[in-house]
Amino acid sequence: MSMPELRSAGTSEVLDETGEAAVSTKIEGRSPWRLAYERLRKDRAAKIALGTILIIVLLAILAPVFAKILGHGPNQQFIDIGQNANGGPVPPSGTFWLGTDNNGRDLFIRILYGARISLLVGVLATGISVVLGVLFGLTAGYIGGFVDTVIARFIDVMLSIPFLILAISIAFISGASLWLVIGIIGVLSFTYPARIVRGQVISIKGREFIEAARALGAGPWRIMFIDLLPNVMAQVIVYATLLIPLAIVAEASLSFLGVGVPPPTADWGSMINDATGWYQYGYWWFLLFPSLALLITTLAFNIFGDSVRDALDPRGAGIYV
Amino acid sequence: MIRFLVRRVGQSILVLFISSIVVFALFFVGPGPSQVARTFAGRLGTAARIAQIKHELHLDQPLYLQYSHWAWNLLHGNFGYDYYKGQSVGSVIAAAAPATISLVIGAAIIWIVYGVFTGVISAVRSRSLMDRAFTASALFFYSMPTFVLGLALIWIFAYKLSPVTTFFPFHGYVSITSDPGAWFQHLILPWLTLALVTAATYTRLTRASMLEVLGEDYVRTARSKGMSENRLITRHALRAALTPVVTLAGLDIGTSLGGVIIVETLFGVTGLGWTVIQAINVQDEPVILGITILAAAFVVVANLIVDILYAVLDPRVRLY
Repeated sequence: MSMPELRSAGTSEVLDETGEAAVSTKIEGRSPWRLAYERLRKDRAAKIALGTILIIVLLAILAPVFAKILGHGPNQQFIDIGQNANGGPVPPSGTFWLGTDNNGRDLFIRILYGARISLLVGVLATGISVVLGVLFGLTAGYIGGFVDTVIARFIDVMLSIPFLILAISIAFISGASLWLVIGIIGVLSFTYPARIVRGQVISIKGREFIEAARALGAGPWRIMFIDLLPNVMAQVIVYATLLIPLAIVAEASLSFLGVGVPPPTADWGSMINDATGWYQYGYWWFLLFPSLALLITTLAFNIFGDSVRDALDPRGAGIYV
Repeated sequence: MIRFLVRRVGQSILVLFISSIVVFALFFVGPGPSQVARTFAGRLGTAARIAQIKHELHLDQPLYLQYSHWAWNLLHGNFGYDYYKGQSVGSVIAAAAPATISLVIGAAIIWIVYGVFTGVISAVRSRSLMDRAFTASALFFYSMPTFVLGLALIWIFAYKLSPVTTFFPFHGYVSITSDPGAWFQHLILPWLTLALVTAATYTRLTRASMLEVLGEDYVRTARSKGMSENRLITRHALRAALTPVVTLAGLDIGTSLGGVIIVETLFGVTGLGWTVIQAINVQDEPVILGITILAAAFVVVANLIVDILYAVLDPRVRLY
């Protein structure tokens, strides 16, 4: 039955009972996802944050286009016009929109290329962490018993070893690279989604619909992925949006400490690290612009993540009003 | 209660044991015995020295014996010998610990007081202008990478406000015993950086927890009996709302005591985090190993203390 038919049927019923004109109170079935989407649409902060994220993504995609228009490559050094007499960076101008760095490279272009690294790490590391978290969380929560104990202790172990020391040591031993950084951040942060999923699964696995599925002969895999997973998906999505900014900051921190994405790749963390020796002497743009790029990105993701949480779980704290 | 205690302590020991195996494996098994001996010897290690270290570390023996020697020494408080610096790792850690403790305790006082204060005001005056300002600033500082905030504070206080620059030395650490005034001055900016970044979570947690408690029946009862709002909030609501905050504070302090890498590196506070970064830069493995295992122990012990406190305060916890 299509929608118009259904609506007309409803209207005729109203007419039959009251004999008056159709009342506009038609009841439509709306899924929780749709409700969440509608709440999100009314949230102004969420819209601004999402708009900002889309602009950042667009700028990252268009980085080569800007590089072409301006004629400045991300790693191209302009020793003649990009450096002052002392070999220091030059301030923002028509040629270099956000100034240059200490190597005479265009800061604006490098910030655009840096956005690619940040977004890539943010999304991929979060992806790894969420997939691992869901697998471990579902298994521990649903199977329970000994398996749960082993996974729970494993998570405790992972949480006890300091993230930065571990990450820096691994990066140092095996040589830093972009993919290693993504892998380290992704694998080391799976504990958070795993604990959330485990808790959720334990609280819903005793419900009737799971029992019904088991009575119908569904195996553990089917129950875990077809029956349980969709019910924890909302939490997983909330967590994923909040993990992205954490992953971005983790990558920037590693690069800031010099063990992240190796130079000369344009990266916000290493750009800020480069600027630490210069900004005090009047080269403020060198520190300010990469820092702002990083801050705006994490802020946008955090505000959006908060709004997604409020939209999916309106009974929750509702922290950001 | 005793059963719970025994079980929980046993769990902690197990977790620490596995952590030590993981850390050991990462540094000893991963790179291979010759490589380990070479890095232990430092950059200037001769072939004879490498052979000697290999023997001293029992690297010519099977893995389980290597581990048991290492763990046995660790249990006796012997973190090993730092061949690079020519002193025991224990004394390297003892020299660095006061700086980290000063940094963490000072910052923790600021972040707890500020976080709880703003959180309570936000909850009591929910949806007011103040609430919005506090929650927005919490989100702002929460999103701020630590090093960006630290650099911004250095820029503003140590460079831009040049007349007061001398009051904010932004680099180095002076021990409290040698000069308390200089100790305080050197730590102001590191304290602020660590506290502001951490306080954001406390503002949000206190606000959420306080809002929940304010909706409880006993609060309504107290209010209907004519209790003053101030007394109601401080005596009745706050006490109940603080439980999750205390838990988080315990865990955060425990984690930070293992070294606050970014803040210490940025401000030259010569604590455990700064030391471990120096050690990584020269591949000084005994020091990295020692600090890593110490940091893991702090986290496990903090978890244990928080859980036991919880069980004392709320008997229902002991059930599992």
